[in-house]
Parts: sequence; structure tokens; C-alpha cells
Amino acid sequence: MIEARGLTKRYGDKTAVHDLSFTVRPGVVTGFLGPNGAGKSTTMRMILGLDRPSSGSVTVNGRPYAGHPAPLHEVGALLEAKAIHTGRTAYNHLLALAATTGIPRGRVDEVIDLVGLRDVARKRAGGFSLGMGQRLGIASALLGDPKTLILDEPVNGLDPEGILWIRNLLKDLAAEGRAIFVSSHLMSEMALTAEHLIVIGRGRLIADTSVTEFIERASTGRVKVRSPQASRLRELLAGPDVTVANTEEGTLVVSGLTSDQIGQIASDNGVTLFELAPQQASLEEAFMELTGDSVEYRAPALSAERRAA
Amino acid sequence: MTTATTAVRTGKVTQTRVLNSEWIKLRTLRSTFWTLFGAVVATIGLGMLFSWGFASRLSDHSHPIGDAATMAVTVPLRPYVIAQLAVGVLGVMVITGEYSTGMIRATLSAVPGRLPVLWAKAAVFSVVVLVLMEIVSFLTFFGGEAILSSQHVQATLSSPQALRIVTGVGLYLTVVGLLGTALGTIIRSTAGAIAALFGILLVLPVLGEVLNLTSWGKHITPYLPSNAGGDLLTNAPDPGSLGPWTGFGVFVLYTAIAMAVAAYLLKRRDA
Repeated sequence: MIEARGLTKRYGDKTAVHDLSFTVRPGVVTGFLGPNGAGKSTTMRMILGLDRPSSGSVTVNGRPYAGHPAPLHEVGALLEAKAIHTGRTAYNHLLALAATTGIPRGRVDEVIDLVGLRDVARKRAGGFSLGMGQRLGIASALLGDPKTLILDEPVNGLDPEGILWIRNLLKDLAAEGRAIFVSSHLMSEMALTAEHLIVIGRGRLIADTSVTEFIERASTGRVKVRSPQASRLRELLAGPDVTVANTEEGTLVVSGLTSDQIGQIASDNGVTLFELAPQQASLEEAFMELTGDSVEYRAPALSAERRAA
Repeated sequence: MTTATTAVRTGKVTQTRVLNSEWIKLRTLRSTFWTLFGAVVATIGLGMLFSWGFASRLSDHSHPIGDAATMAVTVPLRPYVIAQLAVGVLGVMVITGEYSTGMIRATLSAVPGRLPVLWAKAAVFSVVVLVLMEIVSFLTFFGGEAILSSQHVQATLSSPQALRIVTGVGLYLTVVGLLGTALGTIIRSTAGAIAALFGILLVLPVLGEVLNLTSWGKHITPYLPSNAGGDLLTNAPDPGSLGPWTGFGVFVLYTAIAMAVAAYLLKRRDA
């Protein structure tokens, strides 16, 4: 359980996070979505007490992070950049972390097996691939068997097998009743993993909604119809609130009618349909539309184009 | 599957546990071994070389050295000046190694109180360096004096000031390392902190020599950190120096102030 209230972080006159309030509930995976530079990492660092908020507050399991006598048992965190000394072996890294809280050696072996690093546990972390580093970071996060997990861009640099592994791991952890807070700049990844979404842009809250709702909001209300009798169908569908576009030979894009209505009209008039498909904007499109004005860094050529347009 | 089968909920963060954690961290890095190995080899190896050179010089009876008995105490131990480079670098890296790799974020998330980490690092480092360098200092002293015995000028631990100087080497090197740890915590960069440390230890004394040329500067020079600290390790003090324990006390005081600033910044700054 994470509760942020009016969380704000300013660096000089630049505001990285502005008046952010949200709740991350136990038992679900909550996606934390935003373009690069939106303030996701800063927010996560404030949750972990690494950065001090300029104003506002955030609690984890009911208390500020630093107020817990054994934070590793409360919150496990995987931060964006590797937080591992490159000269130390994976095993010793975990052993040193575990020692701070009196976590036994047996648990170190357990998390190493859990993330599949047994074969390389005695090798120095400096030689690890990005994917192995992420697995070691997740092992550190799970050390204290915490009720809340915070993961910053966990699928970055992972191969498809690793991505699938993380996705299932997060779902399993949530199913065990833990609160999972996972950030990403990839909408498609979040759609597959998360149940709830917190979307920010330029440090401000843009949306706090379920993934289903987010997808519905992204639907356009257009229906694509393919028929050998397209021109006949076009006449039949015509009405005051209906617009029909003929994009290519035999294909219509209809708005103002549902696919059910279109199917009924076609059937009543004996029109053959090859395809009848409600059109959804892709999640990427929906996300970009939502955060379009809040992208922090943009290639100059593109922004010049936008200004011209 | 993911839930711990081992009993995990055993307790909370304590200073003793953080000490144990920092001890694991120190002993599981190769750089610890190599820097300390460097310090040991430099002290013993160069100590023998200096003693041998001094003995050769003494064998030239046409140019006798007046204060040979005084010099016989300190000549084998002079390489402490070189050893302090290795020990100082290790002292810096104990903390900057965490900043350069990002490990510091894992460390401070595990111990959000932060200060226990600094105290534990300082304590573990001090014990390791003090014990090791005291042993090395005694070995070097006995080895060097054995070489000097060929010229019958060898000192013993009962020679004037000898015991203080031999034990002082370990003490001085430990404080140099701690100064490094404090500067590393303040500056958070290996290169920057090493430059600052050796600026203080090696460049300031040169400045001191210039100050000595002025009437007012003479009163400042003895208080420069390395001059004050070095008072412990000499039996032929410069005129106006503070005396062995007063001088060393001033050096410790500087280090304590640096450590206090380090603690304040570690606690306050974003990690």
C-alpha cells in the first residue's frame, strides 16, 4: 500500500513532480506510466526516502519509508539504474543487503533460485548482462519478503523470455496480496501486466484509472466494414448523425452506428459482409494523445513540424 | 512460489547488523585486497630498501652522520608516506565506490537512517587498517633495524620515542583513511575525493614551506593537517611544531570535523 498526498519535488526553479496524489492498493499490479522525464523515477525515489519531497508526503504501509524499523520487510525496490557494486558477486551483494536486517543466508539462496541466477551467483556483477542485472535487482527487492514492491522499468533490456517471466512474476506477487507499483514508458507492456494505471506527464497526474477504462476511453467509435456491395451498403447506412468514409475499394469506415446496428441493417437488406470490426485506437495512440503535450524531450525536427502545423 | 519459505521476518535494522553488512562489503571486494596489499608491500619493501641505503651510507666512514642514532629509528618507517596513498585511496573508495556504481541507493534504502552506514564504514575500515598496519609497522621496524645492525646503529623499541613512532604509523594511516572516507562522502566522486585528500596531505605542506618564509605564516604551518599529523612520527621535530600527541590530536580533530560535515550532508542530501 502506497499513499502519496500532494507530492512535489522541485530542483531549483524546475518542478519535476507537481502535487501528485495517488494510492497503490494491495493485490493488484498498478502501472506507473509516463513519457521519459515525466517524473516517474523521482516519484519512486521519494517513496523510498532517497529524495526528500519539496512538499507533500508519501507513506508506505501506513508510515513514511524511513519510519519503518526494517524497511526491507516492508518495501522491495528495483530502481532504474543498477544499484549494485560492479566488483562484488551477486551472492555477496545480496548477503550484504540481507545482513542489515538480519535476514538469514538461506533466504539469499532462495531468492537467487527464484530469479534463476544460481549459475552466476558467484560471479562479479560487473560482467552481468542487462537482463541478469535486472534479475539480481529483483532478487534484492524480494529479499525481505516485502508486502509492497516498487519496480522502475523492470522490463528494460530484457529478452522476450525475460519479459514474460517478469510479467508472470508480478501477477503472481499481486495475487499473493502484495501491492505492486511498476513504472514503464511502454503502454503496450502495461496493458498486459497492470490492472490499474497511474499516468503522469511533466510531473502532473494525467489519469488514475483501471486499464479497461483507459482502453475504452481510447476507442474511437468507428467501425470498419468490408463488403462486395459497398456502395449499396453506403446508401442504406446514410443518416443524419452517420458519416461513412470509403477508404479503399469495398471498404467503409462508419461512425455514428455500432457494429450491431450495421450488421442488422446489412442482414435486413441481404447485403453480404466480409468483415465488420469496431476500431480501437491503439493503446500507444491513446497514450500519446493523453500525454502529447507533456513530453519533456522531443526531437527538434519534430517539434518544428508541430509548430508549423 | 515467491513467498519466503525461510523465516524472514527476524527483526529490524540495528547498528550491529549494519556493521556486519559493511564488513561483508569490505571483504568481498578485490580492490580492498589490492590496495591493502599495495600498502603492505610499499611499507615493508621500501622500508628495507631505505634501511639498506642508510646502512650503505653509514659504511662510508669518511663522511660520518652526526645524528645517525636518531635517524635509525625513523628511516625504516619513512615509507608510510607512500603507504598513505594506498590507504587513503581505500578510505575514499569505501564510500565513493558505492556512489559510482549506484550501490549507495540499495544501501540507503536498506538503512534509511543513513548515519549507521557511515559509522559502520568508518569503524570496519579503522579496525582493519589499524590492526594490519600496526603489524606491518612493527615488522618493518624490526626488519629495518636488523639491516642497520650491520653498522651498529640499530634502534630498539626502548630507544627514545621509538615505541611511539612505531605504533604511530598505524594510527596515522588509519586517520588518513578516515579523512578519505569523510571527503569521499562529502564529494561523492572517487577522483574528486582523492584529489582533495592528496591536496591536503601532499600539496599543503609545500605551501607550508612558502608560508614559513613569512613572519606570520610560521605560526600557521604547524597546524597544517599533514604537518600536525606527522609530528607523531618524527623524533627530529621542526622548530615550532606542536609536539607528537598535540599535533596528532589536531590532525584527528580535522578528521572529526570532516566526518561531522560528511554525516550532516549524508543525512540531508538526496541520494
